[in-house]
Amino acid sequence: MARTAHRGRTARAARAGRPRWYAGRRRRGTPRERRIAPLGLRTRLIAAFLLVAAVSAVSTAALTYQQARNAVLKQSQDTAVSTLRDLMEAQPVSLPMDQAQLDRLVSELAKRGKPHPWNVFAEYGRLRASSNGSPTSTVVTDRLRRQVTAHPHGAFQRVTDADGDPYLAVGMPAVFRANDTRPPTGLVVFATMPLSAERTTVQAMVEAAQRGAVPGLAAAVIPALLAARSVLRPVRDMRRAAQKMGRGRLDTRIEVRGADELAGLARTFNDTARALEASVAELRDAETRARRFASDVSHELRTPLAGMLAVTEVLDEEAAGLDADTAAALRLISAETGKLAVLVEDLMEISRFDARAAELNLDEVDVAEAVRKTLERRHWDGTRVVTDLPRDARARLDPRRFDVVLANLVGNALRHGGAPVRVTVRTRPQPGGPRLVVEVADSGPGIAPEVLPHIFDRFFKADAARTRSAGSGLGLAITLENVRLHGGTLEARNGHSGGAVFTLDMPLEADA
Amino acid sequence: MPRVLLIEDDPSVRAGVGLGLRRRGHEVAAADTGEAGLALMGGFHPELVLLDLMLPGINGVQVCRRIRETSQVPIIMLTARGDDFDIVVGLEAGADDYIVKPARTEVIEARIKAVLRRLGAPAGGRPQVEFHGDLAVDRAGLTVARGGERIALAPSELKLLLHLSASPEQVFSRQQLLEYVWEHSYHADARLVDACVRRLRHKIEDPDGAPRYIQTVRGFGYRFGPL
Repeated sequence: MARTAHRGRTARAARAGRPRWYAGRRRRGTPRERRIAPLGLRTRLIAAFLLVAAVSAVSTAALTYQQARNAVLKQSQDTAVSTLRDLMEAQPVSLPMDQAQLDRLVSELAKRGKPHPWNVFAEYGRLRASSNGSPTSTVVTDRLRRQVTAHPHGAFQRVTDADGDPYLAVGMPAVFRANDTRPPTGLVVFATMPLSAERTTVQAMVEAAQRGAVPGLAAAVIPALLAARSVLRPVRDMRRAAQKMGRGRLDTRIEVRGADELAGLARTFNDTARALEASVAELRDAETRARRFASDVSHELRTPLAGMLAVTEVLDEEAAGLDADTAAALRLISAETGKLAVLVEDLMEISRFDARAAELNLDEVDVAEAVRKTLERRHWDGTRVVTDLPRDARARLDPRRFDVVLANLVGNALRHGGAPVRVTVRTRPQPGGPRLVVEVADSGPGIAPEVLPHIFDRFFKADAARTRSAGSGLGLAITLENVRLHGGTLEARNGHSGGAVFTLDMPLEADA
Repeated sequence: MPRVLLIEDDPSVRAGVGLGLRRRGHEVAAADTGEAGLALMGGFHPELVLLDLMLPGINGVQVCRRIRETSQVPIIMLTARGDDFDIVVGLEAGADDYIVKPARTEVIEARIKAVLRRLGAPAGGRPQVEFHGDLAVDRAGLTVARGGERIALAPSELKLLLHLSASPEQVFSRQQLLEYVWEHSYHADARLVDACVRRLRHKIEDPDGAPRYIQTVRGFGYRFGPL
């Protein structure tokens, strides 16, 4: 049985384009694209999962639709064709036929339509008969006629009528039974039956596929979320750990879960953190050792100095009665011992700042009173130091440290700048709490611009030719540390009139 | 000239300070350990003790406590700045003053003189014995009694009490007290005052109540009374 089936229309289902929501960016990198807010890893993972789910759902639905549609239609076609053929063969046809015979044949055939009722049209030469009254059917095409004449076994075609309803048209020629040939008799019978039931069936299947795909897609979000979580949790852990390490918690480690790439990354992170911690610890140890060494050296120096310093005045007294050389030698020893004592004391002070062992011993003081006392003790009178002090300004600070700070600034101004030195003290309200501002300005030539950035450095020699400063070389460094301990700032600049200006700005109420 | 007992373990400091003080006319006995120093107390009868805090064996703070059990002799600690904790503990233990090492002999002697200096008797025809509540203060005899019982006060405690009670209800800042009582001018340390006030309160105040005689004026300092 050779038969060709011609489908009027092909299925559209395979034409599944890319979903609209996937029109977003997939690649990052070009500057232009980076302006768009990057999608998060979670979003991208869910999108990918949904895409995969959608593609598989659509393609499955398409294949199923096609197969089912073909199967449904084929069954109807085969039933219709074989029914018509069997009926034709069972009908005794005596040729030539007249109109009455033709009408009888048509009405006979029309009663037995399968699988659905059909309309039957018969053509014999010029004679036409039909079961529904109209002489010819609109759904019987010329192509079908040609095929029917060519195929003694009959032919069929699925067509759509003017209203868009699908019909199956079957044409069957009546043939003579010969030995091997089947010459046509000239009588051709056409049967047309609506395929609306099949269409409804197929439609229902498409709808079922659609209805199944939406929950399927929704369900795909769950594994997507799970997958995203399994990726994102290690990533989030790692980010938190990195932040913690950035804050100085170098002992941060990540829990390594499983044996996938992310676990490998976590292991690498931990190894890196361990190595970093080790090297930082090594650096810190070295720093601590160096600091302790400086502190120990100063401590060790202090004891012999205590003995030496106690007898310097004996040397000074005796020197008067000795020969010039011996006297000079003794005075030199005496003077240098004094300087050494100051240097060692300053070194210890700096060591304590470095070791963060310096403490504030706070007390409420009258600022003007404290400044006056500092100047008085060092016999800096009004001819050399001019003051501009506030009345009734009380501050909470460490009086000893404040005294050291002020004495150092004024002493420096007198030594390196020049008299008169102007000390201006002001209190200034500020959102974070009132501030105490002390300005020490000298009448000297100012500080050279290349020196200014290093003015607070330890042992910084402003003048390369000067081998040793008058003080320990640590004075301004200690001063700065003392100010910082109070939570303040200290700045050096050159004033409009040329002299150096040191500005101290600290809280009026320091916190211990 | 005062007799000074120097308790110091480092031989060069002992020799140096001893030499410097003897040159200035002091009679100096030196001990290299706390135990040896305590043994000398009885025989030598020092008028002042110079005490190093860092000693082998029993340390300076313990020596200070042991001396205070029997005697109110002035004690000056030899310390290193930075041993802050020791300074406070030493002051709590009853030391009157401290000197930061290394120090010149003139500085050491100035501190010794300041501790030994008696407060001048007040001018005017005030009674020799003043009564403040339960306290009887004899400015001439330099004694203080509470409820008829004499209280043993170290020199710094006595001076502080006399100074505060001479101007009842007047507030003195720590800085002022350091200058008047201790004659400190450089690197004044308010903790000296605070420690002394604590020791004094311990001796004259009712332990169960708020301070009555020596009151703290927050942010300003201390005052005597009002009772």
